[in-house]
Amino acid sequence: MHTLDTVDASSLRTDIPDFRPGDTLKVHVKVVEGNRSRIQVFQGVVIRRQGSGIRETFTVRKVSFGVGVERTFPVHTPVIDKIEVVTRGHVRRAKLYYLRELRGKAAKIREKREYRDTSSEQ
Amino acid sequence: MAKQIKGLLGEKLGMTQVFDEAGRVVPVTVLRAGPCVVTQVRTPQTDGYAAVQIGYGAIDPRKVNKPLAGHFRRAGVTPRRYLAEVRTADATEYTLGQELTVDIFTPGQRVDVVGTSKGKGFAGVMKRHNFRGLPDSHGTERKHRSPGSIGACATPGRVFKGLRMAGRMGGRRVTVQNLTVQAVKPEENLLLIKGAVPGNNGTLVYVHTAAKGGVDGGSGA
Repeated sequence: MHTLDTVDASSLRTDIPDFRPGDTLKVHVKVVEGNRSRIQVFQGVVIRRQGSGIRETFTVRKVSFGVGVERTFPVHTPVIDKIEVVTRGHVRRAKLYYLRELRGKAAKIREKREYRDTSSEQ
Repeated sequence: MAKQIKGLLGEKLGMTQVFDEAGRVVPVTVLRAGPCVVTQVRTPQTDGYAAVQIGYGAIDPRKVNKPLAGHFRRAGVTPRRYLAEVRTADATEYTLGQELTVDIFTPGQRVDVVGTSKGKGFAGVMKRHNFRGLPDSHGTERKHRSPGSIGACATPGRVFKGLRMAGRMGGRRVTVQNLTVQAVKPEENLLLIKGAVPGNNGTLVYVHTAAKGGVDGGSGA
């Protein structure tokens, strides 16, 4: 779809940090209630990232009061105020659907160890 | 046709998505519409009806035959590949050679888009006419996608005309009505239309103000 790259370019965001499945994110979501707007933080593990370009989406999973909650966002959506990467996770899958079957400590993801130059930013 | 219709020729570039002001994803078809030029103004006195003929697209002048070349010369424009007529009541407002661009449309306006649908070749009745076919089981043999009965026996002794059967599908003129203009980009001659538009990418489309919808839908102001 190269002909439409110029159309998409205006919608793409450049302020999105680099993140992967397994990472824990704090997604700051703009919530509009009536005529008031506020920021809500959705913190959880990225279990999937799919698509490319303007269509790319990611899914964040968290367990809230014992109930699993998943939210899928377009990466470039203006609804997201900002994304904070809390931890980098060490995972061996691109799609972490197996987390849905796991509870408690089993659903924990090991933090990624930086093997190379530790002074460089993650 | 008392309505004032605005129309443009263009080509379909493809589909993508944009975010609206509420942050929702809107699927859009991107059209490169115009710039078109007015090649002829038809009036009720000379032609029996009021309309504006518009031309679109570049063409090698050597490929234009003499009668057409003369037609373009009279309008004072370089030859164009495609011509179309916009049936509008205010045809006399247009002048020969006048250039029309996408800024005749405004975001939020309703438009109709005419295109040539994708050719499907020789298609069966399930695909072509949405027949249900025959059951998958209960004794059906090799007839799962067939139309079933096409009529009675010795009375009438023939198959009625117009009975829907398999045949060539697609590749014909299709109009999609009441599509919303999502955005207009005059600097690139682009028109972002919410939803799908008939035809392959790169094919000719004709966009004009919606025929239906009355004052509110048609004006777009």
